[in-house]
Amino acid sequence: MNDLLQVRGISKRFGGLQAVSDVSFNLGEGEILGLIGPNGAGKTTLFNLVNGVFKSDAGTIAFWGKDITGRSPDQVVHLGLARTHQIVRPLSGMSVLENVIVGACFGREKQSMREARTTALEVLERVGLADRANSSARALTLAGKKRLEVARALAARPKLLLLDEVLAGLNPTEIGQMISLILSIRDGGVSVFMIEHVMQAIMNLSDRIVVLNLGRKIAEAPPAEVVKNADVVEAYLGFPDIVDKLRGAQ
Amino acid sequence: MMLRRPLFWMILVLAAVFAWLPQHGNNVALREDLILVAVAIILTSNLNLMIGYTGYVNFGHIVFYGLGGYVGLYLMTVRSWHLIPAALTAGVAVSLLALLFGLGILRLRGAYFALATIGVLEAVQAFVSNFESWGRSTGMYVSFESYAPLGGPKHALWSTYFLVIAVMALSLILSLGIRRSKFGLGLFAIREDEDAAIVLGVNATLYKAIIYSVSAFLPAVAGALMFFKNGMIDPSIAFEYMLSLEGIVMLMLGGQGTVAGSALGAGLYERLRSYLLTSPRLSAFHLVIAGALLLLVIRLAPGGLIGWLYRLAPRSREVIE
Repeated sequence: MNDLLQVRGISKRFGGLQAVSDVSFNLGEGEILGLIGPNGAGKTTLFNLVNGVFKSDAGTIAFWGKDITGRSPDQVVHLGLARTHQIVRPLSGMSVLENVIVGACFGREKQSMREARTTALEVLERVGLADRANSSARALTLAGKKRLEVARALAARPKLLLLDEVLAGLNPTEIGQMISLILSIRDGGVSVFMIEHVMQAIMNLSDRIVVLNLGRKIAEAPPAEVVKNADVVEAYLGFPDIVDKLRGAQ
Repeated sequence: MMLRRPLFWMILVLAAVFAWLPQHGNNVALREDLILVAVAIILTSNLNLMIGYTGYVNFGHIVFYGLGGYVGLYLMTVRSWHLIPAALTAGVAVSLLALLFGLGILRLRGAYFALATIGVLEAVQAFVSNFESWGRSTGMYVSFESYAPLGGPKHALWSTYFLVIAVMALSLILSLGIRRSKFGLGLFAIREDEDAAIVLGVNATLYKAIIYSVSAFLPAVAGALMFFKNGMIDPSIAFEYMLSLEGIVMLMLGGQGTVAGSALGAGLYERLRSYLLTSPRLSAFHLVIAGALLLLVIRLAPGGLIGWLYRLAPRSREVIE
Protein backbone atom coordinates (compact mmCIF):
# COMPACT_ATOMS: atom_id res chain seq x y z
CA MET A 1 0.00 0.00 0.00
CA ASN A 2 1.35 3.43 -0.96
CA ASP A 3 1.36 6.11 1.68
CA LEU A 4 -0.97 8.96 0.88
CA LEU A 5 -0.22 10.92 4.03
CA GLN A 6 3.03 10.89 5.97
CA VAL A 7 3.19 12.79 9.22
CA ARG A 8 6.59 13.08 10.90
CA GLY A 9 7.17 14.51 14.37
CA ILE A 10 4.58 17.31 14.37
CA SER A 11 3.99 19.32 17.54
CA LYS A 12 1.84 22.23 18.64
CA ARG A 13 2.07 24.29 21.78
CA PHE A 14 -0.54 26.85 22.89
CA GLY A 15 1.12 28.93 25.60
CA GLY A 16 1.76 26.49 28.44
CA LEU A 17 -0.24 23.68 26.88
CA GLN A 18 1.51 21.15 24.69
CA ALA A 19 -1.54 20.15 22.64
CA VAL A 20 0.26 17.79 20.25
CA SER A 21 3.78 16.54 20.75
CA ASP A 22 5.99 14.67 18.34
CA VAL A 23 3.28 12.70 16.55
CA SER A 24 4.17 10.55 13.52
CA PHE A 25 2.04 8.16 11.46
CA ASN A 26 1.28 7.12 7.90
CA LEU A 27 -2.01 6.73 6.10
CA GLY A 28 -2.17 4.38 3.13
CA GLU A 29 -4.10 4.90 -0.08
CA GLY A 30 -7.60 3.46 0.25
CA GLU A 31 -7.31 3.16 4.02
CA ILE A 32 -9.73 4.22 6.73
CA LEU A 33 -7.58 5.38 9.63
CA GLY A 34 -9.29 6.05 12.94
CA LEU A 35 -8.13 8.61 15.48
CA ILE A 36 -9.34 8.18 19.05
CA GLY A 37 -8.40 9.45 22.47
CA PRO A 38 -9.99 10.90 25.61
CA ASN A 39 -11.37 14.46 25.57
CA GLY A 40 -8.59 17.00 25.26
CA ALA A 41 -6.15 14.46 23.82
CA GLY A 42 -5.38 16.76 20.87
CA LYS A 43 -7.34 15.00 18.12
CA THR A 44 -8.91 18.07 16.54
CA THR A 45 -5.65 19.98 16.95
CA LEU A 46 -3.94 17.19 15.01
CA PHE A 47 -6.55 17.61 12.24
CA ASN A 48 -5.98 21.35 12.26
CA LEU A 49 -2.26 20.75 11.84
CA VAL A 50 -2.73 18.30 8.98
CA ASN A 51 -5.02 20.59 6.95
CA GLY A 52 -3.06 23.75 7.74
CA VAL A 53 -5.43 25.64 10.04
CA PHE A 54 -2.54 25.68 12.53
CA LYS A 55 1.14 25.74 11.62
CA SER A 56 3.12 22.95 13.22
CA ASP A 57 5.94 23.98 15.55
CA ALA A 58 8.13 21.15 14.24
CA GLY A 59 8.13 18.17 11.90
CA THR A 60 6.83 17.65 8.37
CA ILE A 61 3.62 16.61 6.66
CA ALA A 62 3.68 15.05 3.19
CA PHE A 63 0.52 14.43 1.18
CA TRP A 64 0.32 12.59 -2.14
CA GLY A 65 4.04 13.03 -2.73
CA LYS A 66 4.10 16.76 -1.87
CA ASP A 67 5.41 18.48 1.22
CA ILE A 68 2.43 20.40 2.60
CA THR A 69 4.03 21.57 5.85
CA GLY A 70 3.00 25.15 6.52
CA ARG A 71 0.52 25.38 3.64
CA SER A 72 -2.75 27.20 4.25
CA PRO A 73 -6.05 25.27 4.37
CA ASP A 74 -7.22 26.58 0.97
CA GLN A 75 -4.00 25.38 -0.69
CA VAL A 76 -4.33 22.01 1.01
CA VAL A 77 -7.87 21.54 -0.36
CA HIS A 78 -6.66 22.33 -3.86
CA LEU A 79 -4.19 19.44 -3.52
CA GLY A 80 -7.01 17.05 -2.58
CA LEU A 81 -7.26 17.04 1.20
CA ALA A 82 -10.72 18.08 2.43
CA ARG A 83 -12.23 18.06 5.92
CA THR A 84 -15.38 18.44 7.96
CA HIS A 85 -15.77 20.30 11.24
CA GLN A 86 -16.66 18.78 14.58
CA ILE A 87 -18.75 21.83 15.43
CA VAL A 88 -20.67 22.19 12.17
CA ARG A 89 -20.07 25.40 10.24
CA PRO A 90 -22.72 25.75 7.55
CA LEU A 91 -22.72 28.96 5.50
CA SER A 92 -26.03 29.79 7.14
CA GLY A 93 -27.32 32.50 4.86
CA MET A 94 -26.94 30.30 1.79
CA SER A 95 -28.96 27.34 0.56
CA VAL A 96 -27.83 23.75 1.06
CA LEU A 97 -27.06 23.52 -2.66
CA GLU A 98 -25.02 26.73 -2.65
CA ASN A 99 -22.99 25.45 0.29
CA VAL A 100 -22.01 22.37 -1.70
CA ILE A 101 -21.37 24.41 -4.86
CA VAL A 102 -18.81 26.40 -2.85
CA GLY A 103 -17.07 23.11 -2.04
CA ALA A 104 -16.98 22.08 -5.71
CA CYS A 105 -15.99 25.50 -7.07
CA PHE A 106 -13.04 25.93 -4.75
CA GLY A 107 -12.02 22.29 -4.35
CA ARG A 108 -9.37 20.20 -6.09
CA GLU A 109 -10.87 20.56 -9.56
CA LYS A 110 -11.81 24.25 -9.14
CA GLN A 111 -14.94 23.62 -11.16
CA SER A 112 -16.88 26.27 -13.02
CA MET A 113 -20.28 27.29 -11.62
CA ARG A 114 -22.05 25.07 -14.13
CA GLU A 115 -19.96 21.96 -13.41
CA ALA A 116 -20.11 22.67 -9.70
CA ARG A 117 -23.90 22.67 -9.78
CA THR A 118 -23.95 19.21 -11.38
CA THR A 119 -21.38 17.91 -8.91
CA ALA A 120 -23.28 19.40 -5.98
CA LEU A 121 -26.58 17.80 -6.99
CA GLU A 122 -24.81 14.46 -7.40
CA VAL A 123 -23.15 14.68 -4.00
CA LEU A 124 -26.38 15.79 -2.28
CA GLU A 125 -28.10 12.74 -3.75
CA ARG A 126 -25.34 10.60 -2.36
CA VAL A 127 -25.48 11.92 1.19
CA GLY A 128 -29.27 11.92 1.20
CA LEU A 129 -29.88 15.66 1.20
CA ALA A 130 -31.20 15.97 -2.36
CA ASP A 131 -34.70 16.87 -1.17
CA ARG A 132 -33.32 19.72 0.97
CA ALA A 133 -31.17 21.25 -1.78
CA ASN A 134 -33.08 24.53 -1.86
CA SER A 135 -33.73 25.01 1.82
CA SER A 136 -31.57 27.33 3.86
CA ALA A 137 -28.56 25.63 5.46
CA ARG A 138 -29.66 27.23 8.73
CA ALA A 139 -32.90 25.18 8.67
CA LEU A 140 -31.22 21.76 8.68
CA THR A 141 -31.23 19.51 11.74
CA LEU A 142 -27.90 18.61 13.34
CA ALA A 143 -27.83 15.35 11.39
CA GLY A 144 -28.54 17.32 8.22
CA LYS A 145 -25.76 19.78 8.98
CA LYS A 146 -23.30 16.92 9.54
CA ARG A 147 -24.24 15.48 6.18
CA LEU A 148 -23.83 18.91 4.64
CA GLU A 149 -20.30 19.06 6.07
CA VAL A 150 -19.53 15.74 4.41
CA ALA A 151 -21.21 16.80 1.15
CA ARG A 152 -19.20 20.02 0.92
CA ALA A 153 -15.96 18.16 1.54
CA LEU A 154 -16.85 15.46 -1.00
CA ALA A 155 -17.74 18.05 -3.64
CA ALA A 156 -14.09 19.16 -3.51
CA ARG A 157 -13.28 15.74 -5.07
CA PRO A 158 -10.63 14.94 -2.46
CA LYS A 159 -8.13 12.08 -2.34
CA LEU A 160 -8.23 12.17 1.45
CA LEU A 161 -11.14 13.16 3.65
CA LEU A 162 -10.72 14.18 7.29
CA LEU A 163 -13.93 13.50 9.22
CA ASP A 164 -14.14 15.14 12.62
CA GLU A 165 -16.82 13.36 14.68
CA VAL A 166 -19.45 13.09 11.99
CA LEU A 167 -21.38 10.54 14.07
CA ALA A 168 -21.63 12.51 17.31
CA GLY A 169 -25.17 13.55 18.14
CA LEU A 170 -26.80 11.27 15.58
CA ASN A 171 -29.44 8.67 16.41
CA PRO A 172 -28.80 4.96 15.67
CA THR A 173 -30.55 5.06 12.26
CA GLU A 174 -28.59 8.12 11.21
CA ILE A 175 -25.36 6.51 12.44
CA GLY A 176 -26.09 3.48 10.28
CA GLN A 177 -26.65 5.66 7.22
CA MET A 178 -23.48 7.64 7.86
CA ILE A 179 -21.43 4.46 8.25
CA SER A 180 -22.59 3.12 4.90
CA LEU A 181 -21.82 6.52 3.39
CA ILE A 182 -18.27 6.44 4.77
CA LEU A 183 -17.74 2.94 3.41
CA SER A 184 -19.05 3.98 -0.01
CA ILE A 185 -16.70 6.98 0.02
CA ARG A 186 -13.76 4.66 0.61
CA ASP A 187 -14.94 2.29 -2.10
CA GLY A 188 -15.02 5.31 -4.41
CA GLY A 189 -11.24 5.60 -4.00
CA VAL A 190 -11.11 8.25 -1.27
CA SER A 191 -9.03 7.54 1.81
CA VAL A 192 -10.52 8.53 5.16
CA PHE A 193 -8.95 9.79 8.36
CA MET A 194 -11.61 10.04 11.06
CA ILE A 195 -11.97 11.16 14.65
CA GLU A 196 -14.77 9.36 16.44
CA HIS A 197 -16.10 8.76 19.91
CA VAL A 198 -18.73 6.21 18.88
CA MET A 199 -16.49 3.23 19.66
CA GLN A 200 -18.48 0.50 18.03
CA ALA A 201 -18.54 2.42 14.76
CA ILE A 202 -14.86 3.29 14.66
CA MET A 203 -13.84 -0.26 15.62
CA ASN A 204 -15.85 -1.64 12.72
CA LEU A 205 -14.92 0.99 10.15
CA SER A 206 -11.21 1.51 10.68
CA ASP A 207 -8.45 -0.53 9.10
CA ARG A 208 -6.10 0.85 11.72
CA ILE A 209 -6.45 3.20 14.67
CA VAL A 210 -4.14 5.85 16.08
CA VAL A 211 -4.66 6.62 19.77
CA LEU A 212 -3.71 9.98 21.25
CA ASN A 213 -3.48 10.85 24.93
CA LEU A 214 -2.31 14.21 26.27
CA GLY A 215 -0.99 15.10 22.83
CA ARG A 216 1.14 11.99 22.41
CA LYS A 217 0.56 8.96 20.25
CA ILE A 218 0.24 6.00 22.60
CA ALA A 219 -0.80 3.33 20.12
CA GLU A 220 -1.20 2.65 16.42
CA ALA A 221 -2.66 -0.72 15.49
CA PRO A 222 -5.64 -2.54 13.97
CA PRO A 223 -8.82 -2.16 16.10
CA ALA A 224 -8.62 -5.65 17.61
CA GLU A 225 -5.17 -4.93 19.02
CA VAL A 226 -5.91 -1.41 20.15
CA VAL A 227 -8.64 -2.53 22.57
CA LYS A 228 -6.19 -4.88 24.26
CA ASN A 229 -3.41 -2.32 24.53
CA ALA A 230 -2.75 -1.62 28.21
CA ASP A 231 -1.80 2.04 27.63
CA VAL A 232 -5.03 2.68 25.74
CA VAL A 233 -7.17 1.09 28.43
CA GLU A 234 -5.39 3.09 31.08
CA ALA A 235 -5.83 6.33 29.14
CA TYR A 236 -9.56 5.78 28.91
CA LEU A 237 -10.37 4.11 32.18
CA GLY A 238 -7.50 4.88 34.48
CA PHE A 239 -6.62 1.29 35.53
CA PRO A 240 -4.14 -0.71 33.48
CA ASP A 241 -5.50 -4.07 34.66
CA ILE A 242 -9.20 -3.26 34.40
CA VAL A 243 -9.64 -5.51 31.38
CA ASP A 244 -8.45 -8.51 33.34
CA LYS A 245 -10.53 -7.56 36.35
CA LEU A 246 -13.65 -7.24 34.20
CA ARG A 247 -12.94 -10.59 32.58
CA GLY A 248 -12.49 -12.14 36.03
CA ALA A 249 -15.82 -10.75 37.15
CA GLN A 250 -17.73 -12.28 34.27
CA MET B 1 -26.49 35.00 -19.04
CA MET B 2 -26.58 38.70 -18.21
CA LEU B 3 -29.05 39.40 -21.04
CA ARG B 4 -31.59 37.07 -19.47
CA ARG B 5 -31.63 38.89 -16.16
CA PRO B 6 -34.46 41.41 -15.84
CA LEU B 7 -32.49 43.67 -13.53
CA PHE B 8 -29.85 44.17 -16.22
CA TRP B 9 -32.46 45.71 -18.50
CA MET B 10 -33.93 47.73 -15.65
CA ILE B 11 -30.49 49.24 -15.05
CA LEU B 12 -30.22 50.25 -18.70
CA VAL B 13 -33.69 51.76 -18.62
CA LEU B 14 -32.85 53.65 -15.43
CA ALA B 15 -29.69 55.05 -17.04
CA ALA B 16 -31.59 56.00 -20.20
CA VAL B 17 -34.27 57.80 -18.19
CA PHE B 18 -31.64 59.65 -16.17
CA ALA B 19 -29.87 60.69 -19.37
CA TRP B 20 -33.03 61.76 -21.17
CA LEU B 21 -35.12 63.53 -18.49
CA PRO B 22 -33.08 66.69 -17.85
CA GLN B 23 -32.34 67.24 -21.55
CA HIS B 24 -36.03 67.70 -22.02
CA GLY B 25 -36.43 71.48 -21.85
CA ASN B 26 -32.79 71.86 -20.78
CA ASN B 27 -33.71 71.39 -17.12
CA VAL B 28 -30.39 72.12 -15.39
CA ALA B 29 -31.89 72.00 -11.89
CA LEU B 30 -33.18 68.49 -12.46
CA ARG B 31 -29.80 67.49 -13.88
CA GLU B 32 -28.09 68.67 -10.69
CA ASP B 33 -30.56 66.69 -8.59
CA LEU B 34 -30.11 63.55 -10.64
CA ILE B 35 -26.33 63.73 -10.69
CA LEU B 36 -26.35 63.64 -6.88
CA VAL B 37 -28.64 60.62 -6.96
CA ALA B 38 -26.31 58.95 -9.47
CA VAL B 39 -23.26 59.60 -7.29
CA ALA B 40 -25.11 58.21 -4.26
CA ILE B 41 -25.91 55.08 -6.25
CA ILE B 42 -22.29 54.72 -7.39
CA LEU B 43 -20.93 55.02 -3.85
CA THR B 44 -23.58 52.78 -2.30
CA SER B 45 -23.44 49.98 -4.84
CA ASN B 46 -19.65 49.79 -4.60
CA LEU B 47 -19.82 49.94 -0.82
CA ASN B 48 -22.27 47.04 -1.07
CA LEU B 49 -19.50 44.91 -2.61
CA MET B 50 -17.65 45.18 0.71
CA ILE B 51 -20.47 45.30 3.27
CA GLY B 52 -23.22 43.34 1.55
CA TYR B 53 -21.23 40.79 -0.42
CA THR B 54 -18.13 40.23 1.71
CA GLY B 55 -19.34 41.21 5.18
CA TYR B 56 -16.65 43.80 5.82
CA VAL B 57 -17.88 47.20 7.01
CA ASN B 58 -15.93 50.01 5.40
CA PHE B 59 -16.40 53.34 7.21
CA GLY B 60 -13.86 55.04 4.98
CA HIS B 61 -15.33 54.30 1.59
CA ILE B 62 -15.48 58.01 0.73
CA VAL B 63 -11.67 58.04 0.66
CA PHE B 64 -11.76 56.44 -2.80
CA TYR B 65 -14.08 59.16 -4.10
CA GLY B 66 -11.95 61.95 -2.68
CA LEU B 67 -8.64 60.49 -3.84
CA GLY B 68 -10.10 59.91 -7.30
CA GLY B 69 -11.09 63.57 -7.35
CA TYR B 70 -7.59 64.65 -6.37
CA VAL B 71 -5.76 62.44 -8.87
CA GLY B 72 -8.19 63.44 -11.63
CA LEU B 73 -7.99 67.16 -10.94
CA TYR B 74 -4.23 67.03 -10.65
CA LEU B 75 -3.94 65.34 -14.06
CA MET B 76 -6.41 67.76 -15.67
CA THR B 77 -5.19 71.03 -14.21
CA VAL B 78 -1.45 70.53 -13.66
CA ARG B 79 -0.79 68.00 -16.43
CA SER B 80 -3.51 69.26 -18.82
CA TRP B 81 -5.03 65.82 -19.47
CA HIS B 82 -8.40 65.33 -21.10
CA LEU B 83 -11.26 64.50 -18.68
CA ILE B 84 -11.81 60.87 -19.69
CA PRO B 85 -8.21 59.55 -19.51
CA ALA B 86 -7.71 61.54 -16.31
CA ALA B 87 -10.78 59.98 -14.69
CA LEU B 88 -9.82 56.46 -15.78
CA THR B 89 -6.25 56.93 -14.58
CA ALA B 90 -7.61 58.18 -11.26
CA GLY B 91 -9.67 54.97 -11.03
CA VAL B 92 -6.69 52.74 -11.73
CA ALA B 93 -4.35 54.62 -9.39
CA VAL B 94 -6.81 54.57 -6.49
CA SER B 95 -7.60 50.88 -7.08
CA LEU B 96 -3.91 50.00 -6.92
CA LEU B 97 -3.51 52.01 -3.74
CA ALA B 98 -6.56 50.23 -2.28
CA LEU B 99 -5.03 46.87 -3.15
CA LEU B 100 -1.95 47.86 -1.18
CA PHE B 101 -3.99 49.10 1.81
CA GLY B 102 -6.25 46.07 1.54
CA LEU B 103 -3.44 43.55 1.83
CA GLY B 104 -2.50 45.28 5.08
CA ILE B 105 -5.77 46.04 6.84
CA LEU B 106 -7.81 43.07 5.59
CA ARG B 107 -5.90 40.82 7.97
CA LEU B 108 -8.15 42.40 10.58
CA ARG B 109 -11.69 41.19 11.08
CA GLY B 110 -14.99 42.58 12.30
CA ALA B 111 -14.84 45.75 14.37
CA TYR B 112 -11.05 45.94 14.05
CA PHE B 113 -11.28 46.16 10.28
CA ALA B 114 -14.01 48.79 10.54
CA LEU B 115 -11.81 50.86 12.86
CA ALA B 116 -8.86 50.51 10.50
CA THR B 117 -10.92 51.91 7.63
CA ILE B 118 -11.56 55.05 9.71
CA GLY B 119 -7.80 55.18 10.22
CA VAL B 120 -7.22 55.00 6.47
CA LEU B 121 -9.63 57.89 5.92
CA GLU B 122 -7.97 60.04 8.59
CA ALA B 123 -4.47 59.20 7.39
CA VAL B 124 -5.21 59.98 3.76
CA GLN B 125 -6.92 63.23 4.68
CA ALA B 126 -3.97 64.25 6.86
CA PHE B 127 -1.55 63.37 4.08
CA VAL B 128 -3.45 65.30 1.41
CA SER B 129 -3.87 68.32 3.71
CA ASN B 130 -0.10 68.56 3.84
CA PHE B 131 0.76 67.60 0.28
CA GLU B 132 2.32 70.55 -1.52
CA SER B 133 1.55 69.40 -5.09
CA TRP B 134 -2.14 69.08 -4.31
CA GLY B 135 -2.44 72.50 -2.75
CA ARG B 136 -2.46 71.37 0.89
CA SER B 137 -5.56 72.45 2.80
CA THR B 138 -6.63 74.99 0.17
CA GLY B 139 -6.91 72.30 -2.49
CA MET B 140 -6.99 72.75 -6.25
CA TYR B 141 -9.13 74.71 -8.70
CA VAL B 142 -10.09 73.74 -12.21
CA SER B 143 -8.83 76.43 -14.56
CA PHE B 144 -11.16 77.77 -17.19
CA GLU B 145 -9.02 76.33 -19.99
CA SER B 146 -9.68 72.80 -18.72
CA TYR B 147 -13.23 73.03 -20.04
CA ALA B 148 -12.06 73.96 -23.53
CA PRO B 149 -11.44 70.41 -24.88
CA LEU B 150 -15.04 69.56 -23.98
CA GLY B 151 -16.48 72.52 -25.88
CA GLY B 152 -16.65 75.10 -23.09
CA PRO B 153 -18.13 74.98 -19.57
CA LYS B 154 -21.77 74.57 -20.54
CA HIS B 155 -21.07 71.63 -22.79
CA ALA B 156 -18.56 70.17 -20.32
CA LEU B 157 -21.20 70.02 -17.57
CA TRP B 158 -23.54 68.01 -19.77
CA SER B 159 -20.73 65.67 -20.88
CA THR B 160 -19.76 65.12 -17.27
CA TYR B 161 -23.36 64.39 -16.41
CA PHE B 162 -23.64 61.68 -19.07
CA LEU B 163 -20.34 60.18 -17.94
CA VAL B 164 -21.54 60.02 -14.33
CA ILE B 165 -24.74 58.29 -15.50
CA ALA B 166 -22.59 55.79 -17.41
CA VAL B 167 -20.48 55.14 -14.30
CA MET B 168 -23.69 54.63 -12.33
CA ALA B 169 -24.92 52.02 -14.82
CA LEU B 170 -21.49 50.32 -14.81
CA SER B 171 -21.48 50.19 -11.01
CA LEU B 172 -24.83 48.42 -10.91
CA ILE B 173 -23.88 46.05 -13.75
CA LEU B 174 -20.60 45.26 -11.97
CA SER B 175 -22.51 44.33 -8.81
CA LEU B 176 -24.94 42.28 -10.83
CA GLY B 177 -22.14 40.45 -12.63
CA ILE B 178 -20.24 39.60 -9.45
CA ARG B 179 -23.43 38.43 -7.73
CA ARG B 180 -23.82 35.24 -9.75
CA SER B 181 -20.15 34.62 -10.51
CA LYS B 182 -17.76 32.19 -8.91
CA PHE B 183 -15.87 35.15 -7.49
CA GLY B 184 -19.10 36.39 -5.90
CA LEU B 185 -19.79 32.96 -4.45
CA GLY B 186 -16.38 33.07 -2.79
CA LEU B 187 -17.19 36.49 -1.32
CA PHE B 188 -20.56 35.29 0.03
CA ALA B 189 -18.80 32.31 1.61
CA ILE B 190 -16.37 34.70 3.32
CA ARG B 191 -19.31 36.80 4.54
CA GLU B 192 -21.07 33.78 6.05
CA ASP B 193 -18.05 32.22 7.77
CA GLU B 194 -14.57 33.21 6.73
CA ASP B 195 -12.76 30.31 8.40
CA ALA B 196 -15.13 27.75 6.91
CA ALA B 197 -14.68 29.39 3.49
CA ILE B 198 -10.90 29.03 3.76
CA VAL B 199 -11.22 25.36 4.69
CA LEU B 200 -13.46 24.93 1.63
CA GLY B 201 -10.66 26.31 -0.54
CA VAL B 202 -11.45 30.03 -0.86
CA ASN B 203 -8.30 32.16 -0.86
CA ALA B 204 -9.87 34.71 1.46
CA THR B 205 -6.88 37.06 1.71
CA LEU B 206 -6.70 37.45 -2.05
CA TYR B 207 -10.46 37.70 -2.56
CA LYS B 208 -10.86 40.39 0.07
CA ALA B 209 -7.97 42.43 -1.31
CA ILE B 210 -9.39 42.19 -4.84
CA ILE B 211 -12.91 43.23 -3.86
CA TYR B 212 -11.60 46.10 -1.72
CA SER B 213 -9.63 47.28 -4.75
CA VAL B 214 -12.52 46.75 -7.18
CA SER B 215 -14.88 48.66 -4.88
CA ALA B 216 -12.49 51.62 -5.14
CA PHE B 217 -12.37 51.89 -8.95
CA LEU B 218 -15.71 53.38 -10.02
CA PRO B 219 -16.08 55.66 -6.97
CA ALA B 220 -12.65 57.10 -7.82
CA VAL B 221 -13.70 57.66 -11.45
CA ALA B 222 -16.88 59.32 -10.20
CA GLY B 223 -14.82 61.49 -7.85
CA ALA B 224 -12.68 62.73 -10.71
CA LEU B 225 -15.78 63.56 -12.75
CA MET B 226 -17.66 65.26 -9.91
CA PHE B 227 -14.85 67.45 -8.63
CA PHE B 228 -14.15 68.48 -12.21
CA LYS B 229 -17.79 69.44 -12.51
CA ASN B 230 -17.68 71.34 -9.22
CA GLY B 231 -14.53 73.16 -10.34
CA MET B 232 -12.57 72.72 -7.13
CA ILE B 233 -11.49 70.26 -4.45
CA ASP B 234 -10.14 70.57 -0.92
CA PRO B 235 -9.54 67.99 1.81
CA SER B 236 -12.63 68.80 3.84
CA ILE B 237 -15.08 68.29 0.96
CA ALA B 238 -13.15 65.42 -0.64
CA PHE B 239 -13.01 63.29 2.50
CA GLU B 240 -16.26 64.13 4.20
CA TYR B 241 -16.70 61.49 6.87
CA MET B 242 -20.46 62.07 7.03
CA LEU B 243 -20.85 60.98 3.42
CA SER B 244 -19.20 57.67 4.29
CA LEU B 245 -21.67 57.14 7.11
CA GLU B 246 -24.62 58.17 4.98
CA GLY B 247 -23.54 55.59 2.41
CA ILE B 248 -24.01 52.93 5.07
CA VAL B 249 -27.45 54.31 5.94
CA MET B 250 -28.45 54.21 2.25
CA LEU B 251 -27.26 50.63 1.91
CA MET B 252 -29.08 49.43 5.02
CA LEU B 253 -32.23 51.27 4.00
CA GLY B 254 -32.36 49.66 0.56
CA GLY B 255 -31.13 46.23 1.58
CA GLN B 256 -27.48 45.23 1.85
CA GLY B 257 -26.28 42.40 -0.35
CA THR B 258 -28.72 43.21 -3.16
CA VAL B 259 -28.07 45.28 -6.28
CA ALA B 260 -31.57 46.74 -6.39
CA GLY B 261 -31.39 47.57 -2.69
CA SER B 262 -28.23 49.62 -3.03
CA ALA B 263 -29.79 51.67 -5.84
CA LEU B 264 -33.17 52.08 -4.16
CA GLY B 265 -31.71 53.06 -0.78
CA ALA B 266 -29.33 55.54 -2.39
CA GLY B 267 -32.05 57.11 -4.52
CA LEU B 268 -34.58 57.46 -1.70
CA TYR B 269 -32.13 58.69 0.89
CA GLU B 270 -30.49 61.18 -1.46
CA ARG B 271 -33.85 62.71 -2.39
CA LEU B 272 -34.85 62.89 1.27
CA ARG B 273 -31.55 64.50 2.18
CA SER B 274 -31.81 67.09 -0.58
CA TYR B 275 -35.29 67.96 0.57
CA LEU B 276 -34.21 68.31 4.20
CA LEU B 277 -31.08 70.31 3.37
CA THR B 278 -33.00 72.83 1.30
CA SER B 279 -35.99 73.06 3.59
CA PRO B 280 -35.51 76.12 5.82
CA ARG B 281 -36.78 74.48 9.01
CA LEU B 282 -35.18 71.07 8.77
CA SER B 283 -31.77 71.73 7.26
CA ALA B 284 -29.90 71.20 10.52
CA PHE B 285 -31.83 68.03 11.17
CA HIS B 286 -30.90 65.77 8.33
CA LEU B 287 -28.29 63.77 10.26
CA VAL B 288 -30.70 63.28 13.14
CA ILE B 289 -33.15 61.84 10.66
CA ALA B 290 -30.42 59.69 9.07
CA GLY B 291 -29.59 58.24 12.48
CA ALA B 292 -33.22 57.59 13.33
CA LEU B 293 -33.76 55.97 9.95
CA LEU B 294 -30.77 53.67 10.43
CA LEU B 295 -32.04 52.59 13.85
CA LEU B 296 -35.53 51.94 12.52
CA VAL B 297 -34.27 49.91 9.56
CA ILE B 298 -31.95 47.76 11.68
CA ARG B 299 -34.67 47.21 14.26
CA LEU B 300 -37.68 46.64 12.01
CA ALA B 301 -36.35 45.50 8.63
CA PRO B 302 -32.75 44.28 8.90
CA GLY B 303 -32.86 43.27 5.25
CA GLY B 304 -33.89 46.79 4.22
CA LEU B 305 -36.65 47.55 1.75
CA ILE B 306 -35.62 44.74 -0.59
CA GLY B 307 -35.39 42.26 2.29
CA TRP B 308 -38.91 43.30 3.23
CA LEU B 309 -40.03 42.74 -0.35
CA TYR B 310 -38.45 39.26 -0.31
CA ARG B 311 -40.44 38.42 2.78
CA LEU B 312 -43.70 39.62 1.25
CA ALA B 313 -43.10 37.97 -2.11
CA PRO B 314 -40.38 35.32 -1.97
CA ARG B 315 -40.44 34.81 -5.72
CA SER B 316 -39.32 38.39 -6.33
CA ARG B 317 -35.85 37.15 -5.31
CA GLU B 318 -35.29 35.80 -8.82
CA VAL B 319 -36.07 39.10 -10.52
CA ILE B 320 -35.06 41.82 -8.07
CA GLU B 321 -31.51 40.68 -7.29
